[in-house]
Amino acid sequence: MIRWLLLLLGGVLLGGIVHLATIILLPRTATQDAFSRLTPVAALNSVTALPEPTPEKAVMPMMDPAFATAICRYDLSNGPMKLTAPVSPAYTSVSFYTDRNIAYYAINDRSAGRRAIELDLMTPEQHAEMPEDENITAADLLIVESPTRTGLIAIRALAPEPGLMAMAQQAVDAAQCQRTEVPKASD
Amino acid sequence: MRLLLGTLFALAVAAAVGLGGTYLALSRGAAFGALRIGAWTAWPKTGTQDADPYAQASIARSGRLPVALGDGLTFLAKNDDDGRRLDGRCDVAVSGATPAARFWTLTVYNLDGELVANSLRRYDFTSQEIVRRGDGSFTIMVGPRANPGNWLPTGGIDRYMLVLRFYDTAVGVATKEGREIPMPSIKTRSCP
Repeated sequence: MIRWLLLLLGGVLLGGIVHLATIILLPRTATQDAFSRLTPVAALNSVTALPEPTPEKAVMPMMDPAFATAICRYDLSNGPMKLTAPVSPAYTSVSFYTDRNIAYYAINDRSAGRRAIELDLMTPEQHAEMPEDENITAADLLIVESPTRTGLIAIRALAPEPGLMAMAQQAVDAAQCQRTEVPKASD
Repeated sequence: MRLLLGTLFALAVAAAVGLGGTYLALSRGAAFGALRIGAWTAWPKTGTQDADPYAQASIARSGRLPVALGDGLTFLAKNDDDGRRLDGRCDVAVSGATPAARFWTLTVYNLDGELVANSLRRYDFTSQEIVRRGDGSFTIMVGPRANPGNWLPTGGIDRYMLVLRFYDTAVGVATKEGREIPMPSIKTRSCP
């Protein structure tokens, strides 16, 4: 009897380890996560507008139907990227996600304080390599550091009523993300 | 033989406890740092780099991109104020006031996070669309039958969830439970 109780206890303890291991491993092995869903849909290092979600078809679950969405799937291996997104009349936001779908930064039209959201995206190493004078002249340049080499930028514009969806769609369609050439310190 | 049986037993227990626990945690949304106000629950840290392993696993498994905290905050309700499951065949009133935000949206999803089909193609309301009373408060009727005023159709599905998203809001990680944050009430009015 005691033997079986001990075995049960051992099993439960082992089960706890199995539970923690599966939770921690799941994000690395998921094949239906947002990044995997968007990889075949969104071109690399350019902006792709996503179709409006409908009950029949949506690229991802839980998309907000009041928003027009565009995705820039980036890879910083060959250098930093530049993102420009014009703001729509209502509300525009740009959110940054790692390749494991973790949001690490977001900015909206009001915090950008301009008619367009403009920023440079780079890895911490690329940021450190930037020549210092470049940093000074670019004082009003917004630099975002990506914790991962690859990831997603979601550009989203709100249509406060359905009739304004075309306008929101136009705003996200006009967003651009592309590679930038940062001059090396030795140049 | 006894050793083999015992090992098999322990392993079976481990698999059941481990995988069952993972399944339950993911289907119930058991991340840490939940902010519960009335029937609504938000996980502010899920939209940040500080998302805990449970939040990360839940994000990966569902396939969604969480709303970043700098963008907005998502509140979810699967039950009404009395703890009753939201039933698409009942008339449910969502009424009251909301915390300060530039915009908010209220959306009906099925439990898989898909929009709910209806002939009006009305899947959500934004804060600018709704008809309000003189004092700024509002009532949105969620149900299968047409209602005058703000009507969010459920298409008569069995179970659904309400998702209330606030954009550009001060409600976030620093918000504590129990503090006075106005959130709309959810009341089931009539069921067939």
